Amino acid sequence: MTALTGTGPLLRLALRRDRITLPVWVYLLTASVASTTYSFKKLYGTAASRGQLAASLAGNGSLRALYGPLGDSGIGGITVWRIGVTGAALAAAMSILLVVRHTRAQEEDGRLELIGAGAVARPAPLTAALAAAALANGLLALLTTASLVALGQPLAGSLAFGCSLAACGLVFAGVASVTAQLAETGRAANSLAGAALGLAYVLRAASDASTVHGPGAFDWLSPIGWSEQVQPYGADRWWVLLLSLAVAGLLAGVAYTLVGRRDLGSGLLPQRPGPATAARTLRTPFALAVRLQRGTLAGWCAAFAVAGGVFGAIAKGIVDLVGGNRPVADVLRRMGGQHGVADAYLSSIMGILGMLAAVYAVQCVLRLRAEETEGRAEPVLAGPVSRLGWATGHLLFPLLGSAALLTCGGLAAGAAEHATLGDRAGSVAELLGGALVQLPAVWLTAAAAVLLLGLAPRWTSAGWGVLTAFVLIGWLGPALQADQWVLDLSPFTHTPHLPGGTFAAQPLLWLTLLTAALTAAGLTGLRHRDLG
Amino acid sequence: MTAAISVSGLVKSFGRTRALDGLDLTVAQGEVHGFLGPNGSGKSTTIRVLLGLLRRDAGTARLLGGDPWHDAVTLHRRLAYVPGDVTLWRNLSGGEAIDLLGRLRGGLDAGRRAELLERFELDPTKKGRAYSKGNRQKVALVAALASDAELLILDEPTSGLDPLMEKVFRRCVSEERDRGRTVLLSSHILSEVEALCDRVSIIRAGRTVETGSLTELRHLTRTAVSAELAADPTGLENLPGVHDLVVDGNRVRCQVDAEHLDALLRAFGRSGVRSLTSRPPTLEELFLRHYATEVTA
Repeated sequence: MTALTGTGPLLRLALRRDRITLPVWVYLLTASVASTTYSFKKLYGTAASRGQLAASLAGNGSLRALYGPLGDSGIGGITVWRIGVTGAALAAAMSILLVVRHTRAQEEDGRLELIGAGAVARPAPLTAALAAAALANGLLALLTTASLVALGQPLAGSLAFGCSLAACGLVFAGVASVTAQLAETGRAANSLAGAALGLAYVLRAASDASTVHGPGAFDWLSPIGWSEQVQPYGADRWWVLLLSLAVAGLLAGVAYTLVGRRDLGSGLLPQRPGPATAARTLRTPFALAVRLQRGTLAGWCAAFAVAGGVFGAIAKGIVDLVGGNRPVADVLRRMGGQHGVADAYLSSIMGILGMLAAVYAVQCVLRLRAEETEGRAEPVLAGPVSRLGWATGHLLFPLLGSAALLTCGGLAAGAAEHATLGDRAGSVAELLGGALVQLPAVWLTAAAAVLLLGLAPRWTSAGWGVLTAFVLIGWLGPALQADQWVLDLSPFTHTPHLPGGTFAAQPLLWLTLLTAALTAAGLTGLRHRDLG
Repeated sequence: MTAAISVSGLVKSFGRTRALDGLDLTVAQGEVHGFLGPNGSGKSTTIRVLLGLLRRDAGTARLLGGDPWHDAVTLHRRLAYVPGDVTLWRNLSGGEAIDLLGRLRGGLDAGRRAELLERFELDPTKKGRAYSKGNRQKVALVAALASDAELLILDEPTSGLDPLMEKVFRRCVSEERDRGRTVLLSSHILSEVEALCDRVSIIRAGRTVETGSLTELRHLTRTAVSAELAADPTGLENLPGVHDLVVDGNRVRCQVDAEHLDALLRAFGRSGVRSLTSRPPTLEELFLRHYATEVTA
């Protein structure tokens, strides 16, 4: 029996389980790249128009913070600028979810026990998960390269770009393989690796925003920054890819060492005993929901406070770089507010915080579905608890928890920005407002998941698809000059751009009403359907 | 006295699968009712319909005088449930889960809770994930038994318990019966059902195939007879109601339908009887006969 025994069948099992998820991820990523390139070919067909774009971007720190620096000003170059960072982060997210799904999540559910009893080497499940991640990222690199070449871009740059996305994916596959050993639950493993990804993103943003030419020096601290440093269609620095591969290998090595040292089912943190009796307050479905969700909410609040603080502090660098010489780019106007570069930047950040809050909200709704399918709702509902009472206890979290997140993010951003910029930009209250206007759009996204939960429970996880669609519309739609009706499909399109933009209550009211309607329909469905 | 549970003609389909196909079940108040059936025969589905978790497609179902779907919340105040596959919240201790489930139902008797924890030898400070299957079942059992619910619905509650704990469980259920509670006990452990249940319903493929007290069921069915006769017997194979006949010289073994026992004994008498044992069928034999009909039919 070698260290590889059983890896082959396990890899086939992983691919069989992911036969829909993985192709969808790879397809969405490839299609985003291809459609961006295609639109840029139409929008910026001439070298002159691209030169103008490059000039307008050169001094714009807010766009640099969001998307990274513009390298080469060819079609390929502006595609990389527009989607490189996002694509790398999404490849990382895909890899994290994939690796955790086939390691810790399986172990948590007890399936790995069944597998481990077979003729399977101890590290085989980890090897299979990493191999699946390698396959997925390899496929992503291949298809991205092929689609860019098909759209007339040079082979070397296209290949460098495809590989830079896959390299970031592999690094985070390595990160996830380690967090899967440290944490005891799949959710915790995902959260730890997700926190690492968030840190990498923020580091890169801070670094890019504070540098005028080329990628920022601090990019070297962030695996997403490494992907930028490849500089596809420009320097095509292939050796940077080796750095990513080496780090991915190193992380995997750490994970293998940990696998050899721990028991199946356990993490590295020991289990502590709990109280023998419940606290007096633990007596209602709502109290149970609080008990189950409070840890997650606290973690998210901390992450929002850190992200808000960092993004708020970057505002100063952006304002200093631009000085009084504000470039007027069409894309910039479409992306954010109209008044002042700092406002435009900050309102874009608020938009990002809004979408992140929607991730939390959808996650909370899916938690309810997990309680149902994993059998924990049954004993509660066998008590004198109405389905509405059970569901609303949990649903207060996407509703109020997302408000708490945005408050944390808005306050932290406002405080950091005020401390560094003083009166040169919006006040703390304005930033808090800018964060809180995101709420109706966040709620609507969660309400779409509630609707699925009530009417098509098997498809509840399609709530992620709804959120992804909203994010893609907001992220790519304006730059691709999509039709207004397409942009209007996303609730985030209707959210006022604050600070800087004009506040309009009407769209927020409509979004809230629609939220109420979808939630009511979802809950009615939940009351009348079979459970489990 | 009204029935605690009365179900008739219950139908429930999941897509094309007909899980319940006209099932009947009546549980009188104050009795312990055994609910038997092979895997996948619809026991858990029936229970989940009774709990208002699933909506019936056809048929009637009454639970404690109410409608299990519409009056779910008020009815659940009066019952306690132990699922066949207990899953607990990973970051809640067993004690917390017991308290929560009890308080949802309006409170637990603290003394009884402590007594049950001791009898079942359950450590309430462990977190959900750390419990074995049997211990998770004990958590649900303690929560149910410590409540003052008038109806206990137990879905294979002992499938993970060791024999000692099963004994504790049996004693607890008899105590509950003595206190006048009604118990619906779905189980695969036939000795347990035989020891505890007043009446039994056997279901197969979503239908009730047999229901009644154990004595009634035994009366309706075959008795196992073995005899040593003075002379070799003749004509036994032509007797009605005699099955699985084995004749080995003057020794005879067979099964006989209850109403034909008389005829068999007279036939024995003609040959002269040296020794005779007859025993009522065990529940296992009853059970196997019902399950096996599908194969033989």
